[in-house]
Amino acid sequence: MDRDDLLSLYHQMLLIRRFEEKSAEMYALAKIAGFLHLYIGEEAVAVGAIASIRPDDYVISAYRDHGHCLARGSDPGKVMAELFGKATGLCKGKGGSMHLVDAQRNFMGGYAIVGGHLPLAVGLAFAVQYQKRDQVVLCFFGEGAVPSGQAHEAFNLAALWKLPVIFICENNRYAMGTPIKREIALYADVVETGRSYGIPAERVDGMDVLAVRTLMRAAVDKVRSAQGPYFVEAMTYRFMGHSMADPAHGHYRTKEEVEEERKRDPLMLLRQTILSAGLGKEADFKNLEREIGGIVAEAVKFAEESLFPDPSALYEDVYVE
Amino acid sequence: MLISYREALSQAMREEMRRDGRIFLIGEEVGYYQGAFKVSKGFVEEFGSRRVLDTPITEAGFTGLAIGAAMAGLHPIVELMTFNFGILALDQIVNNAAKIRYMSGGQLSVPLVIRGPGSAAHQLGAQHSQSLEAWFCHVPGLKVIAPATPHDAKGLLKSAIRDPNPVIFIEAQLLYSTKGEVGEGEYTIPIGQAEVKRRGDDVTIVAYSKMLLLALEAAEDLAREGVQAEVVDPRTLKPLDVETIVTSVKKTGRLVIVEEGWLFAGLGAQIAEFVYAQAFDYLDAPIVRVTGADVPMPYTRPLEDAAVPDRGRVLAAVRQLIKGT
Repeated sequence: MDRDDLLSLYHQMLLIRRFEEKSAEMYALAKIAGFLHLYIGEEAVAVGAIASIRPDDYVISAYRDHGHCLARGSDPGKVMAELFGKATGLCKGKGGSMHLVDAQRNFMGGYAIVGGHLPLAVGLAFAVQYQKRDQVVLCFFGEGAVPSGQAHEAFNLAALWKLPVIFICENNRYAMGTPIKREIALYADVVETGRSYGIPAERVDGMDVLAVRTLMRAAVDKVRSAQGPYFVEAMTYRFMGHSMADPAHGHYRTKEEVEEERKRDPLMLLRQTILSAGLGKEADFKNLEREIGGIVAEAVKFAEESLFPDPSALYEDVYVE
Repeated sequence: MLISYREALSQAMREEMRRDGRIFLIGEEVGYYQGAFKVSKGFVEEFGSRRVLDTPITEAGFTGLAIGAAMAGLHPIVELMTFNFGILALDQIVNNAAKIRYMSGGQLSVPLVIRGPGSAAHQLGAQHSQSLEAWFCHVPGLKVIAPATPHDAKGLLKSAIRDPNPVIFIEAQLLYSTKGEVGEGEYTIPIGQAEVKRRGDDVTIVAYSKMLLLALEAAEDLAREGVQAEVVDPRTLKPLDVETIVTSVKKTGRLVIVEEGWLFAGLGAQIAEFVYAQAFDYLDAPIVRVTGADVPMPYTRPLEDAAVPDRGRVLAAVRQLIKGT
């Protein structure tokens, strides 16, 4: 284990955590509107997975996409400005929280029709294979997408044509407010969904960023060497509500359950690993907090000070002229 | 050169695929079966199975795949066996293909053609006989083309393939075997340009896809009655060449719109609105629409005939319009 490496992973997870907390705060102040789905609790999945790929690989996500975008290296200021709806946002304010895109980083977007972006991921992988390149595609989705028809069509096509895509199911055990037992017939064996298409599939502890990265490195190697798709079921948990519209606990899950899961906070786990291995001290974490606090404050400042798009932008970007 | 509509489409795709290796054809039975309507006859033999891809019967999946491939720089042509099956891909078309450019603030684009037959053939029943062009025209971000002649089909399909946007290209089963002269050699027809298919001063008939053939036949009958109809084919339904239609109506003072789609919220309603807004003072009478009946398509022949516009209904509409003014 390498100190810088571990602290870098912690840095990325902490950035997402603090960014999301700040987003919630800005939402409460009505600086951010619409739907806002926070990634708090699931940081290890995006950070561990994206740490396993190259800059020219593709990443695509669903609507809970801030974490993936930040882990991909997007400028937090531009992400926050997008949430604020400002012209300086990643998508000039036209996408919003659920539709972040950073084409320069091959972050191909957040998509908000459940299951609808899995065929897109397969298409990105098709383009890679067609052009005889060796990129891989990481496709993140919640377990709520698994029973959807479009997901199954995507799994089948990817397996049929041996396309270089890694399906990463972020199993947080709730499709909005419906527990997995009431949404998926084989709820205990989501990973079997991949295997049923002949796709190699593994389950991983999605709270353990190192475990995620280790599994993903093996998966990426396999997929990059043209051996077809891979399916990962990352067991995770969202600490907040489905969106800002619902509380962390309430009708569909108990406070006790959330508190129990918080004992396996992915940041806390990595911190313990670093401390117990003697690779870092409390002071390191304090410094990181200070640094991240500055980055997030700067992001908010940038978003605040940026202008909203001019009304003339309304009809721009509908078509390529 | 006199060729069929089918051959015109085939030539357009073949020429473009020879020109640009990023273009591939994907859909059900497009390869070894040679296309459900034989439009891609010989393609898998010439271009190989890498560029001519037979798919499982999963419209959402393979349309979405094509959109993803387009986002990564390829230029897919998706063949829908019919547009009825395209309903299964509507989420992909409406929520992804049409919106990705906008949602990304112009970072991504989706150069893509989705083509195949729409409208009724003969007695195929309710689920295989629909004209859904108005649905697609309603969606910002899409272009929609519905050519009637082999010449237009070839030139417009080549333009559609070269367009950097998602283009819905609607053919018709009953047009595939129709023949017509096409231009010699390399040519394209700009998207968004209507064409006056027949000159006349007494009444304007706007009609597209196979309804154009009906309108031209009706115009011949009318000529024998001393009524000169001007027949305008929009060819591209979105963006619509309103100017050509309005110019014609300003000359004739009367407009009949013929479409096979359902009456309510059909494309003709939108065309009429444009004309009322831009040429109201030139109209000698209210605009008349001849449309498909607002019913699911019945199977039995007499009822099917009653549901689809025919020459008699076009003639009756024009005669009534002329008489009433």
